[in-house]
Amino acid sequence: MQPLPQLLDDEGTFEAERPEVLVLACGAIAREVLAVIELNGWTHVTVRCLPGKLHSTPSKIAPAVDAKLEELADRYERVFVAYADCGTAGALDEVLERHGVQRLAGAHCYGFFAGNETWQAMHDDEPATFYLTDFLARHFDSLVVKSLKLDVHPELKPMIFGNYKRLVYLAQTDDPDLAERARKAADYLGVAFEQRRTGYGELLPSLQRFVDG
Amino acid sequence: MPDDDLDLKTLDDDALVAQMHDDLYDGLAPEIVEGTEILLERGWGPDRVLNDALVEGMRIVGIDFRDGILFVPEVLLAANAMKGGMGILRPLLAETGAERVGTVVIGTVKGDIHDIGKNLVGMMLEGAGFEVIDLGINNPVEAYLEALEEHKPDILGMSALLTTTMPYMKVVIQALEEKGIRDDQIVLVGGAPLNEEFGKAVGADAYCRDAAVAAETAQALVLARRAAAAPAS
Repeated sequence: MQPLPQLLDDEGTFEAERPEVLVLACGAIAREVLAVIELNGWTHVTVRCLPGKLHSTPSKIAPAVDAKLEELADRYERVFVAYADCGTAGALDEVLERHGVQRLAGAHCYGFFAGNETWQAMHDDEPATFYLTDFLARHFDSLVVKSLKLDVHPELKPMIFGNYKRLVYLAQTDDPDLAERARKAADYLGVAFEQRRTGYGELLPSLQRFVDG
Repeated sequence: MPDDDLDLKTLDDDALVAQMHDDLYDGLAPEIVEGTEILLERGWGPDRVLNDALVEGMRIVGIDFRDGILFVPEVLLAANAMKGGMGILRPLLAETGAERVGTVVIGTVKGDIHDIGKNLVGMMLEGAGFEVIDLGINNPVEAYLEALEEHKPDILGMSALLTTTMPYMKVVIQALEEKGIRDDQIVLVGGAPLNEEFGKAVGADAYCRDAAVAAETAQALVLARRAAAAPAS
């Protein structure tokens, strides 16, 4: 599989050869979902992605998923939503219950990549932690620096990030460029840097369970 | 004449206050400091400057934030500008010895280090005439209990940004109930992922969706509580 662009601003569709089941995914994990599909040789799993930038506006996630599930109703035999709670505070679960659809377990993408229990322990150990995944390392500049206007108002940085003490890069892949970006992000925030290789974490068995039915 | 060449001293009081609302909206700290000084020079009391120019300006900012017109950076810039004016007014307000509306203990709950919203709430509460004791971030139940014991506040305010930490508010309220001190103070909760239903579920007196609402709710509930406690005439 050729490397695919991760979907920051736009929706995306990756139609299967013989589409039977659908994974509706956050654009921030599109690359990882597609990698899991390729790893397993699934040719009947279509992936549709919502814009990855929704990661930064959790209140918009549940309505966006709801609208997409409405739009795609009855087109596939089964549907899985590749989101965690993602800061929706249960709003996403209300939508999914209505549609009879399951999602990834846990609170955040950090959790299902690192392993939800591992991530919770990491967070309990140091709550002042800023997390990056491959996607977030790749898009730190646009999703964090520019969207918070820190490029034009650097004086806001201590107000927004002054309490953080470390940045943990949860790496899905061994990509020196992303690791360097993550390290630079830590330097930018003025915090300690750690890198942990997670691979696809719980995403892999979760999708396998769904596809196996 | 462009705005940055505007001489604030040439404006009459109403125009200056309106201009300060605009300057707060635009996050212009030096202009807010200058406007505050001009109004004081004209004989305005510090409480009037605070209420009419700063608090009202931030209220407008809060409304546009809620309506999705302004975003976090703009609100922070506005808060920063208000802080400039507050820096001048705070000692003057202390000198005048104006009676406080009440005392508030606020803090972000355990496991959560986010304080942008809490800091805005603190500022608006201060603007509304409350003494604010800010416990900062990552507060375990013990920190809240100690502060309640020490300060005997009218209000306890708890904040959380994370869905994983907001349930801790229930832990704190349960601890208050177990100690039999739940009703000694009003409990307000707030934070981006919360809603009214959550506030009720954890046993808070009110959920406040933003800093302006927090200040209004705090005032209303304190006054209602005092009215209820006053002997019937």
